[in-house]
Amino acid sequence: MAAVEDVTDATFAQLVLKSPKPVLVDYWADWCAPCKQLSPIIAELAREHGDKVTFYALDTNVNTQTPVSYGVLGLPTIQIFVGGEVVKSFQGGKTKAALLRALEEYL
Amino acid sequence: MGPDLMLAMRAQAERFGAEIITDDVTAVDLTGPVKSVTDAEGNTYLARSVILAMGSGYRRLGLPDEDRLSGRGVSWCATCDGFFFRDKDIAVIGGGDSALEEATFLTRFARSVTIVHRRDALRGSRIMIARAEADPKIRFAWNSVVEAMNGDPSLESLTLRDTVTGETRELAVQGAFIAIGHDPRSEVVRGQVDLDAAGYVIVAAPSTRTSLPGVFAAGDLVDHSYRQAITAAGTGCAAALDAERYVAALEQAEPVLVAAEVSA
Repeated sequence: MAAVEDVTDATFAQLVLKSPKPVLVDYWADWCAPCKQLSPIIAELAREHGDKVTFYALDTNVNTQTPVSYGVLGLPTIQIFVGGEVVKSFQGGKTKAALLRALEEYL
Repeated sequence: MGPDLMLAMRAQAERFGAEIITDDVTAVDLTGPVKSVTDAEGNTYLARSVILAMGSGYRRLGLPDEDRLSGRGVSWCATCDGFFFRDKDIAVIGGGDSALEEATFLTRFARSVTIVHRRDALRGSRIMIARAEADPKIRFAWNSVVEAMNGDPSLESLTLRDTVTGETRELAVQGAFIAIGHDPRSEVVRGQVDLDAAGYVIVAAPSTRTSLPGVFAAGDLVDHSYRQAITAAGTGCAAALDAERYVAALEQAEPVLVAAEVSA
């Protein structure tokens, strides 16, 4: 059991880049309708697989630096980080099955 | 707002015992008394009644680099992504009200917004046109169609072709918002329920009944004209009531059927 915690520009390096486990970052904003469809799926994945992968949500409305640094140009964007590097990045609504396939090798 | 309404309704449905599966439906068989729905995982669900509410999808231009650059400068949602194009040059493709709305919204962030339209006049309402024409950040590329999207890893320019002269030119933009309309997502039920010429599911309004018994349809999958959160939610409620009554009537009818078989 694990929840999706918030990560900010200030905590990104510590929580994401230095994480010993693979990390999934969900870039979202309150005006983005597809983000709201995606977030319950991310929450389910965190509950089921939070022991292997850490899940963070980044509110791009208040954290503008990180999305620019990581080339985020659309929402929702999901990025997977391993050892401080982006290993996977995808944009747009995704089904749970598609996200599970993307995470498979880390579970 | 729409998204908040969706979350509240989802929570309410779950409180009443609904199980929600977030996956794509890949196949359906809606014709018999027992319907089947198969998801991308290969799970098949059986039901006496099915409500179709697949909505509509943004229409794509159909260009080779459109998928690759989607989320890398190419977008269908100005309110989602406009924010990432602060002080950039942006194109909006389309000439209807939604294109004008997107363009006007994007001027909050962008350095310039060029509306690319294949005709020499806009289709939008007078007030939206006047607002766009008065905006110092909005320009127009008339009689122009997008022939190519260029840039790697993200969008750098569009190749526009003049529909009158046939000449091509480059428009340097870092963002392109496509607003050329929607199509109903009815592919998975095509050939089973009746669709109209544009692909919308036909219902016997004001009910939500489709051409197949026990199959109901609601929302943007059905609706050409209103497409609002509240109209979609309203027809969704009507479809739930229609489905409930259909199933209740089946339960009443069943003993009669059994009796008929016994006597035969």
